[in-house]
Amino acid sequence: MAKTREKSGGSGKKSLKRKAAMEEPREGSVAGDGATEGVVQPPKATALPPGFSISEIKNKQRRHLMFTRWKQQQRKEKLAAKKKLKKEREALGDKAPPKPVPKTIDNQRVYDETTVDPNDEEVAYDEATDEFAPYFNRQTSPKILITTSDRPHGRTVRLCQQLSTVIPNSHVYYRRGLALKKIIPQCISRDFTDLIVINEDRKIPNGLILSHLPDGPTAHFKMSSVRLRKEIKRRGKDPTEHVPEIILNNFTTRLGHSIGRMFASLFPHNPQFIGRQVATFHNQRDYIFFRFHRYIFRSEKKVGIQELGPRFTLKLRSLQKGTFDSKYGEYEWVHKPREMDTSRRKFHL
Amino acid sequence: MVRRFSTEEGAFQCQRHCPGGEGTFRGLAQANDTLITCVDSGVLRVWHGDDKEAPSDPLLELKVGPGVCRMRQDPAQPHLVATGGKENALKVWDLQGSEEPVFRAKNVRNDWLDLRVPIWDQDVQFVPGSQKLITCTGYHQVRMYDPASSQRRPVLETTFGEYPLTAMTLTPGGKWVPKGPGWGSEGILHSPPTPPASCLLHSSVIVGNTHGQLAEIDFRQGRLLGCLKGLAGSVRGLQCHPTKPLLASCGLDRVLRIHRIQNPRGLEHKVYLKSRLNCLLLSGRANWRDELEEPRKHSEEPPENTEVDELWASLEVAAKRKLPRVDQGLRALEAQKRKKRWPAALSPQPCE
Repeated sequence: MAKTREKSGGSGKKSLKRKAAMEEPREGSVAGDGATEGVVQPPKATALPPGFSISEIKNKQRRHLMFTRWKQQQRKEKLAAKKKLKKEREALGDKAPPKPVPKTIDNQRVYDETTVDPNDEEVAYDEATDEFAPYFNRQTSPKILITTSDRPHGRTVRLCQQLSTVIPNSHVYYRRGLALKKIIPQCISRDFTDLIVINEDRKIPNGLILSHLPDGPTAHFKMSSVRLRKEIKRRGKDPTEHVPEIILNNFTTRLGHSIGRMFASLFPHNPQFIGRQVATFHNQRDYIFFRFHRYIFRSEKKVGIQELGPRFTLKLRSLQKGTFDSKYGEYEWVHKPREMDTSRRKFHL
Repeated sequence: MVRRFSTEEGAFQCQRHCPGGEGTFRGLAQANDTLITCVDSGVLRVWHGDDKEAPSDPLLELKVGPGVCRMRQDPAQPHLVATGGKENALKVWDLQGSEEPVFRAKNVRNDWLDLRVPIWDQDVQFVPGSQKLITCTGYHQVRMYDPASSQRRPVLETTFGEYPLTAMTLTPGGKWVPKGPGWGSEGILHSPPTPPASCLLHSSVIVGNTHGQLAEIDFRQGRLLGCLKGLAGSVRGLQCHPTKPLLASCGLDRVLRIHRIQNPRGLEHKVYLKSRLNCLLLSGRANWRDELEEPRKHSEEPPENTEVDELWASLEVAAKRKLPRVDQGLRALEAQKRKKRWPAALSPQPCE
């Protein structure tokens, strides 16, 4: 103890480190300390007895010091290893082994047995007889009703207006406190094919109910990250009246396939599209990202895009078989977080 | 349209036209060479079992009342059927007897606001060994009726969850009652050395609701014994194995699941079948694998289940129907190798 008091006079990093080096082999080796005290120790070399970790140092400052030193050491080693690998690659040239692909959650996704095979005849039969068959057979053309929950605030109202410019043949109506179950028969009698209800909470839109009308499925989504047109940076001019093209990305499972068809049935089914607008529904890790762009092909391979229109993310909460009836309806899929979200690598859409 | 499907050949054998009444089939049963069908609009008909005859008139026709959700036959007495539906109270009909129902249930008393409690019987089950019936309703109630007692109101009522209960099945309980009507010769769980003829006393039911929640409810005390997890969609068909503690369930999420009910409760196996499943039926054969080589022996099997074996009927789906046929799932299932000793075959009895 007397020795440490002497050393504390010359307080600098070096002396502290030396002190740390001497203090670590604690009880039982005080004699050892005495022996090594006079020897000049290199400032960064420490001899730790085996089975001793940095976290066992009780002194916070010294512990922090040891840890930062260890971290620096690790970083140096890592950098050295990288440089070495790079040199080896350059030396080998063409014969170098291919770079290993990093593991991502999308890479490691658990194989879903419900993945749709495009040639599957059962799925094809299913599609030919489900509620969207009239749309895909060109027997009906979509007519959408967009409304909100009761007494919407400005953001929601503006989102509805912008959505109606994005989706052709859509009409926005004020909700007026009407029950959805009463709105639906009226819509059916006026030949609407889809109903979109944007739910609002605390002045921001946070939910979307998409119901296909003549007895079709009803999907309930959680909506987040809503950006209106004026909040989008570097955007293009307002969208025109052209019917947009649709891109549905990554809806691989059977459930995803049904949802994809639901989205597709919102837009007129016309392969010869005019205009250079495109609406994208991109599914990644069960979140569906909606974007609306205008594109222009500068050459064969290069394309320029401008983002117009609102942007939001959706997450599916439930898919119900009939039209909106949350109490007595039958659900085809319900998201149950405690049962379904147990694995980070398993997705449902 | 009723079709007969043979699992051995894996194809539909024959079909017959059973016209009359509107709506989908809600119940299908077979009794002594006759076929009993019940339609959504309430027309219950008994037909000749012989398919070779030209579509003949039904032997018996009864009007059960509109909005029927289920018609079930008593496994112990094939001439008794029970029907129930939306605003259609539970009625038990004797097909050999009169035109009036043998037992007509009465609605419960008005609730605490003095409002009439609505009726929506979604599924009916006969409790073997007694005359009792259990129903589960669309207003998340499970009720037990006893025609033998003097009261027409339910003897027991419990509720589960907040969503309509769509399917129900009885579980084989763990108790043994010696010398009852023969059920199965295999022992389950903690069976003591038993006398040869023994029967299982049912004490609980498993119900499923539209959110995919399965619950086991004890109908003697009216309490919840436990829940089974796994289903994501509305439960459409449930059936328990007669002797083993296994439950097969199917629903709108296109997956057939087999759960173990006891020791421990959990999912055993699941199979993805590509259509929305409507109904399921378990084979009556207990030792399926052993009998693959040998010819089928009827002597070991309980008499009630041979009817089940013989009747493999499937209903043709009109082109506009929402739900696709389940028989494709049936074929797919037969093609797969089954781990379990008994196959769960799919055939929609009440089908839309």
